[in-house]
Amino acid sequence: MELDLPEGRDLMVLDVLELLKARDPSIAYRRSCREGVCGSDGINMNGRNGLACITPVSEAAPRGKLTLRPLPGLPVVRDLVVDMSQFYRQYEKITPWLVNDKPPPAQERLQSQEDREKLNGLYECILCACCSTACPSFWWNPDKFVGPAGLLQAYRFLADSRDTATAERLAALEDPFSVFRCRGIMNCVSVCPKNLNPTRAIGKIRTMLLSQGI
Amino acid sequence: MALVTNITSFGRSGLADFVLQRVSAVVLGLYALCICGFFATTPHVDHAALVGFLDSLTMKAFTTLAVVALGMHAWIGMWTVGTDYVRRHYFGRGHTVYLAVYQLICLGAIFVYVLWPLSVVWRLGGVVP
Repeated sequence: MELDLPEGRDLMVLDVLELLKARDPSIAYRRSCREGVCGSDGINMNGRNGLACITPVSEAAPRGKLTLRPLPGLPVVRDLVVDMSQFYRQYEKITPWLVNDKPPPAQERLQSQEDREKLNGLYECILCACCSTACPSFWWNPDKFVGPAGLLQAYRFLADSRDTATAERLAALEDPFSVFRCRGIMNCVSVCPKNLNPTRAIGKIRTMLLSQGI
Repeated sequence: MALVTNITSFGRSGLADFVLQRVSAVVLGLYALCICGFFATTPHVDHAALVGFLDSLTMKAFTTLAVVALGMHAWIGMWTVGTDYVRRHYFGRGHTVYLAVYQLICLGAIFVYVLWPLSVVWRLGGVVP
């Protein structure tokens, strides 16, 4: 479909989708906040995963031709809408909440500034699935390999000083697939719209497993 | 409890396989350096020189270690490749049969590749008196 973009402005890919939808209302895609926070509009733009709302057309299609595809590796519901169930199942497997077996204090569980800093680069994940769906290991074993997004969150809770389930969390990840299927190709790092580094988090989980196992 | 169980991986644990694969790679690297050193420092490499080099008890033990490391390394690698590619998406419901056949072929080949050099090395003294 050809589209003339207004001159003197660099639209975002989501704006292009809106223009296309105005022309053909049957086109389906997800969107919500349009400012890179909700993670709804993760799509594949000229072969690269990203959020349509914060990707300028000039960056996604420097030569003027833009090919939009749904996120690879997940079942397509319609057009650019994918079924994220498998992705969420993997996220659910890593117990994405704080586990603390000590009696709760009167007000809140405190954390030192140093311990809080360890969560930087981890908690910011918006679960857009751009990283996991750019990962060949996730394409091949989406039911067994947790994937970069899930593993980034797994480390977020392993690194949290308020969590007391470290041994159980590590034991759950020790099998040959959940963590160790990562081959370290860093596709996840190159596509993350929040500039996070799941490969580093996976490396830290491996180090924790090694420290515990040896 | 592990999130995924598998009975055919080498160490039954991702951590064990991860460590064994790296340790065996180091052993194989050292063995390769040792062999390269022999070729670099021996002026006339012939059958007798090779037998003389490999016939010592130290080299026999090192070769045995390297061959066993090769077997472990190969099985962990081939098992990983098989479980990546031989899956239901490509092979349908019977993919576990294909995976079992693939693993048996790999196991047979590795068995031969381990036993053959070991039988050669431990009989070296009998080949050249």
